[in-house]
Amino acid sequence: MEFLVASAIGATTAAGIYLILRLRTFAVVLGMTMLTYAINAFLFTTGRLVVNMPPILHGHGEVNVADYTDPLPQALVLTAIVISFGMTAVVVMMALGAFIEGGDDHINMPENDRIMPPLKTIDDPKQTEDETA
Amino acid sequence: MSPALIAMLPFIGALLPGLLIRSGRSVAATACGTTTFVALLGLLLHVPAIMRGEVITARFEWLPLIQLNANFRIDGLSLLFGILILGIGLLIITYARFYLSRHDSIGKFYTYLMLFQGAMVGIVLSDNILLLLVFWELTSLSSFLLIGYWRHLPAGRQGARMALTVTGMGGLAMIAGMLILGQIAGSYDISDILNAKEAIQASPHYTTALILILIGAFTKSAQFPFHFWLPHAMAAPTPVSAYLHSATMVKAGLFLMARLWPVLSGTAEWFWIVSIIGLITMTLGALIAVFKDDLKALLAFSTVSHLGLITMLLGFGTKDAAIAAVFHIINHATFKAALFMTAGIIDHETGTRSIARLGGLRKLMPVTFLIGTVAALSMAGIPPLNGFLSKEMMLYEASHLEMARQVFMVVATIAALFSVCYSLRFIVQVFLGNERDDYPYHPHDPGFGMWAGPALLVVLVVLIGLFPNTMAGWLVDASASAVTGEVAHAHISLWHGVNAALIMSLIAIAGGAFLLGLHRPLLAAWDAAPRPEAKAIFDWFVLRCVFVGRAITAGLTNGSMPRALAFFTLTVLGAAGVAWLTGEAGPVTRPMLPVEPVPFVGWLMAIVATGCMVFFHRIRVLALVLVGIVGLITSIFFAYFSAPDLALTQISVEVVTVILLLLALNFLPKRTATETSSVHRGWDAFIATLAGLGFGALTYAMLRRDFAFPSISSYMLENSYKLGGGDNVVNVILVDFRGYDTFGEITVLGIAALAIFALTQTLLQGRSAKRLTNWVHDQRRAGDRHPLMLVIATRVILPISLVVGIYIFLRGHNQPGGGFIAGLVVAIALLMQYMASGYAWAQDRQGLPYHALIGAGVVAAGVTGIGAWFNGRPFLTSAYGYFKLPFLEEFELATAMGFDLGVFLCVVGAVMLALNSLSRIARKTGETVNKKPMDIDLSDEQPKEAN
Repeated sequence: MEFLVASAIGATTAAGIYLILRLRTFAVVLGMTMLTYAINAFLFTTGRLVVNMPPILHGHGEVNVADYTDPLPQALVLTAIVISFGMTAVVVMMALGAFIEGGDDHINMPENDRIMPPLKTIDDPKQTEDETA
Repeated sequence: MSPALIAMLPFIGALLPGLLIRSGRSVAATACGTTTFVALLGLLLHVPAIMRGEVITARFEWLPLIQLNANFRIDGLSLLFGILILGIGLLIITYARFYLSRHDSIGKFYTYLMLFQGAMVGIVLSDNILLLLVFWELTSLSSFLLIGYWRHLPAGRQGARMALTVTGMGGLAMIAGMLILGQIAGSYDISDILNAKEAIQASPHYTTALILILIGAFTKSAQFPFHFWLPHAMAAPTPVSAYLHSATMVKAGLFLMARLWPVLSGTAEWFWIVSIIGLITMTLGALIAVFKDDLKALLAFSTVSHLGLITMLLGFGTKDAAIAAVFHIINHATFKAALFMTAGIIDHETGTRSIARLGGLRKLMPVTFLIGTVAALSMAGIPPLNGFLSKEMMLYEASHLEMARQVFMVVATIAALFSVCYSLRFIVQVFLGNERDDYPYHPHDPGFGMWAGPALLVVLVVLIGLFPNTMAGWLVDASASAVTGEVAHAHISLWHGVNAALIMSLIAIAGGAFLLGLHRPLLAAWDAAPRPEAKAIFDWFVLRCVFVGRAITAGLTNGSMPRALAFFTLTVLGAAGVAWLTGEAGPVTRPMLPVEPVPFVGWLMAIVATGCMVFFHRIRVLALVLVGIVGLITSIFFAYFSAPDLALTQISVEVVTVILLLLALNFLPKRTATETSSVHRGWDAFIATLAGLGFGALTYAMLRRDFAFPSISSYMLENSYKLGGGDNVVNVILVDFRGYDTFGEITVLGIAALAIFALTQTLLQGRSAKRLTNWVHDQRRAGDRHPLMLVIATRVILPISLVVGIYIFLRGHNQPGGGFIAGLVVAIALLMQYMASGYAWAQDRQGLPYHALIGAGVVAAGVTGIGAWFNGRPFLTSAYGYFKLPFLEEFELATAMGFDLGVFLCVVGAVMLALNSLSRIARKTGETVNKKPMDIDLSDEQPKEAN
């Protein structure tokens, strides 16, 4: 079973990585969703695989820790799932905004925008004289 | 007055100008002056105790775990520097009131000045080196603001940047040095460090710590080769130069060397590094000062030279040299502050600081002439002024060295000779000579307010010169004792008889006067001679750094996201590979679980869906369906491996995500064209496969091993009911044990939803709004937008699903469920209405704005947390009890439920706001609003075929 889980997580990761290397926004969003599954599943499995032992207490006496699975990764992953939804929603909205505003859904910056502006970190000495004068 | 309060007072004073500036400039000045005066008074009240040899301390725990505590101390050295900082500060505040023009914002100036004063007082009163470092950095920052105060002047901005860069980098080195020092001594308290001399000097890290700390001190005190920033900082208003660059900030480095003198000095490393650097700085600074045309530049380089002198004395490492150093700190502060203020007066009254344009001011400005001359003569070391006394002591110490005596004697005499030359030049070329008729303004003496400060200092110069033991002896004794750690007694007298020092002094005076006679031809030669320009080198260096930085940035992220992500993935893989190869994994301890048939089918579906998804990802709707399958299997995976809460969350999030993506896809192209070559895709697939193999292998390796460390989960399992009152441990962790995390998370979720709302707002305006109103959909739309069956079904289901939501919410503390899941279920129920009956119809029937829901959720969670305070418990401590209502089973009411309610509201609000925003975009494209719940779109216009 461990092998199946690990291989499924690996396959989902590979698909996610391949998709985020695409050139269009929608594919990247899908890739991020796939990566989210993989990572959430991975975080969950840090509590190791346990069948039929949900962390819900049977009685109110002494607690036998060995009877339950590890609840902590579950709590962390639960919020992670909800937060990933928030992240996906923001990214989708950005992709949509870029498409409506710019007219295409390319993920890369247009070539013209990649040219860095000339360096102006050092004030021009000529200008210095002008201002002080 | 407590030392902590003295250190606090200037910071309190920094708040006053902002509050009082509307009442006038004088009120603001008076307020700052008063706080400074009170602090000074508080310090002086401790004088009798310190004269008895006591050390006044105040200790407050701040971050005891890292030994960063607000510990303050006043001993002789702190007293000396405190008096200088606060006393001269008082004079500067008065002087600046009259110096700054009507156009300068004086409130801001005083705020910066008080901030700086507080930082300096903090440095000298700290008894903890970490606290000292905090104040140290604060002086760098506040002096940056002060130097760049005239921000319309490029020279001011450049000077401020240069000062911050140099002193800031020195500060970083010093942090490292201080940390090493603290580690060796085992404590960060200065009192403890001062007692650990043997341990520190025997440590193999002594040299490293020494050099790092000295870099910090040298950059701050403008020692060679870091001296170049100080003259450029002279672009500041003169009160700043007089304060920072004569009396206080540049002395911070000296203070530090003096403070750590007992533990660091006395070794060969200390002697050679400190005294040689001091000697070079003293000579070089004096030489450059001889040829500077700008009055303030002359004084700046002379300051560099005098700082070098004091550094050299500290470097000698003897008790008498330390006494001389301390005495010269006092003398230099008095005459140099007076000289800076004189230069400021001359600049203010004549309109220029260029010596070439000055001369003949003796009769026009008699008071200024008198003040300037006395102070300059003291700087030259002419008897009977105080500068003479300490210079004699310096020469005496140099002539009594055990090592390299001849070198020090000769070079120190030459430096003194230059010093005499530039001091006399200040008098002769500014005040003497013929009156000119081409001064920019008509010069005359300033008002009393401006010359009162320097006059007072000059009186001190004369009095200390004539009666050194009465006037300054006590302070020198107290601070020298603190520096050396032994009882020091200074015997200062004007006449020592004819000795080597006197002869050296005479040579210097005669040589200096002679050199001044030759000044004109020498200046021509100096100007013609090639020499390195520090600013050019500095600018070149900064530009190089920027170029390298840009090259690296452009190499990694050139605007192509796949490229950057590929780099990132490969880097992570590389790092993980190195960690795997160099690290050591524990033995395999966990047996494999048997493979059951149903999970195997699930696995098969996940793999097939993932593969198809990659293969068909260009057909976007199909890809979305396949993603949905993977998501569903993920939730089944959670359910199978004992995580019912996760399964419920995943499945409801899945629904919401797919709806969201479908809504977005409504606008986006439905297919992706092939744009990359097969080689490119092969390379991407290679990277992706590597990452997948790596991550899968990591998961497998982890799953076959037990926990490397005992898990903290057992605590949560054991105390879930006892402390949190709930059986569902996951929910108790979320709302109780880790409630603070959850609080942060719902806030983030709310912010994300608001960001989506804001993005939508911008999209609904301007260019994109025009595009949207003219939008042509690329697909046919269905005739019955609101299918009868769906509408009826969702309306019947709505109350049921709301009840399910409430049920899931209420049972969440003890059974799978809770605020997150209930919120998602309710959001889905509402979404169904929107989808089935149309946006407008549904929106009309619900009155709550979703922003308010998010806000209410965060507030509800916060208020529940704060409620614990009223019980005297920390934030988010929960209380619970069990109640019985008629006709219902016994149920539990915990304060955690209020918190969970906040989570619930926030989730509902965030999900609905996100999807609502998308619907608003859809409406902008001209989608007609249905008047009746189940209308049929009868408009003739049919959208064009997709092309």
